[in-house]
Amino acid sequence: MTAIVIEIFLIAILAGIVGSILGLGGGIVVTPALTLLFGVDINHAIGASLISVIATSSGSAVAYIRDRITNVRVGMFLEIATTVGAITGAFLAALIAPNFLYFIFALLLLYSAYAMVKKGKEEIPVNVPQHPVAEKLGLGGEYYDKALGRKITYNVDRVYEGFGVMYGAGVVSGLLGIGSGSFKVMAMDVFMKMPLKVSTATSNFMMGVTAAASAGIYFLRGDIIPVISAPVALGVLVGATIGARIMQRLKSKTIRKLFIPIMIYIAFQMIYQGWRG
Amino acid sequence: MSEQQQQAKHQERTAEVEIAVSKMLRIGIVLAGLVIVVGLILFLVTGDSGYPEDTFPTSLPDIFQGVLQLKSVAIIEVGLILLILTPVFRVFVSMLAFIHEKDYRFVVISIFVLIILAISFVLGKVGT
Repeated sequence: MTAIVIEIFLIAILAGIVGSILGLGGGIVVTPALTLLFGVDINHAIGASLISVIATSSGSAVAYIRDRITNVRVGMFLEIATTVGAITGAFLAALIAPNFLYFIFALLLLYSAYAMVKKGKEEIPVNVPQHPVAEKLGLGGEYYDKALGRKITYNVDRVYEGFGVMYGAGVVSGLLGIGSGSFKVMAMDVFMKMPLKVSTATSNFMMGVTAAASAGIYFLRGDIIPVISAPVALGVLVGATIGARIMQRLKSKTIRKLFIPIMIYIAFQMIYQGWRG
Repeated sequence: MSEQQQQAKHQERTAEVEIAVSKMLRIGIVLAGLVIVVGLILFLVTGDSGYPEDTFPTSLPDIFQGVLQLKSVAIIEVGLILLILTPVFRVFVSMLAFIHEKDYRFVVISIFVLIILAISFVLGKVGT
């Protein structure tokens, strides 16, 4: 038993590092690892994955907020869209087969992978206008970029489009029980034209909230197995703390290079799921 | 008030809210982490979960009972519950911070998010 617990703990450290750097919450590592390596059944793996999303979110946010990378106001504002979306998703799951939605979401991901490739050389967004709503709510911000060694001031554009994609992200998490960080990062990076680092940090920050709502339900159902989730939680907390330090020293270009293949992978996985029904 | 002054005021208020949120998150994860560590070590050292094989309590009264009897798995579960509650408390604390900063737009936003969270939790319970 001790050996398994330690193995899960070590994998969870990796999940925390990856999750905090990319704003994906760590579920992307935890779910396949638990099902494929340890033979945990899918509901229990999702339960542990929700724990990992919450741990990555809170664990990395401590450093990201302290270093002012997270845009707390943007996060709070967009949480309206993700939480309402999550409820919609939960309803849709009971009403319709999600096949069709899988395809739409996959296409959206592929489009945004393409948009990210196109701006691959751009380190910091330039000439971004401040959207009137962003102006009103004070959404713009600034942070010190440790990789570039200077302060970056940024505007927030296309608030409505970003809000819409965030709603979609909420629907996805309600339907599939995942944090859908890839959609959150996409909404901020591709649509609202925020710096990538701010987008991944803010995505992480937001994910904990929607995951917490689902996690409560999984807990009551008995799908959060304590002996599996404990090493996941501890490992991810350690990993997220390390990841939050690493991310700040990486160039946005590097983070983008890591992000794009993962987005394409998730898109094809969704197409496969939709195909299989 | 000029646009620049307004911007500066926003930045200052934001900083205070950020400090409150970050403190809250730190307390939450340290507390949850410590409780989980204690439970996990107890479980590994004694090799006993305190419950029949592959079972564990999922209701708060049962877990509370288990903690009083120092059952390792019940202690782990308390830590996991603390971890799950941390982001929800985070929204609550930001709401208080926004009230303190008199940033009423964001007070309304925080309250809205809290209500939606409560609704989704209740809906989920009904669905199981």
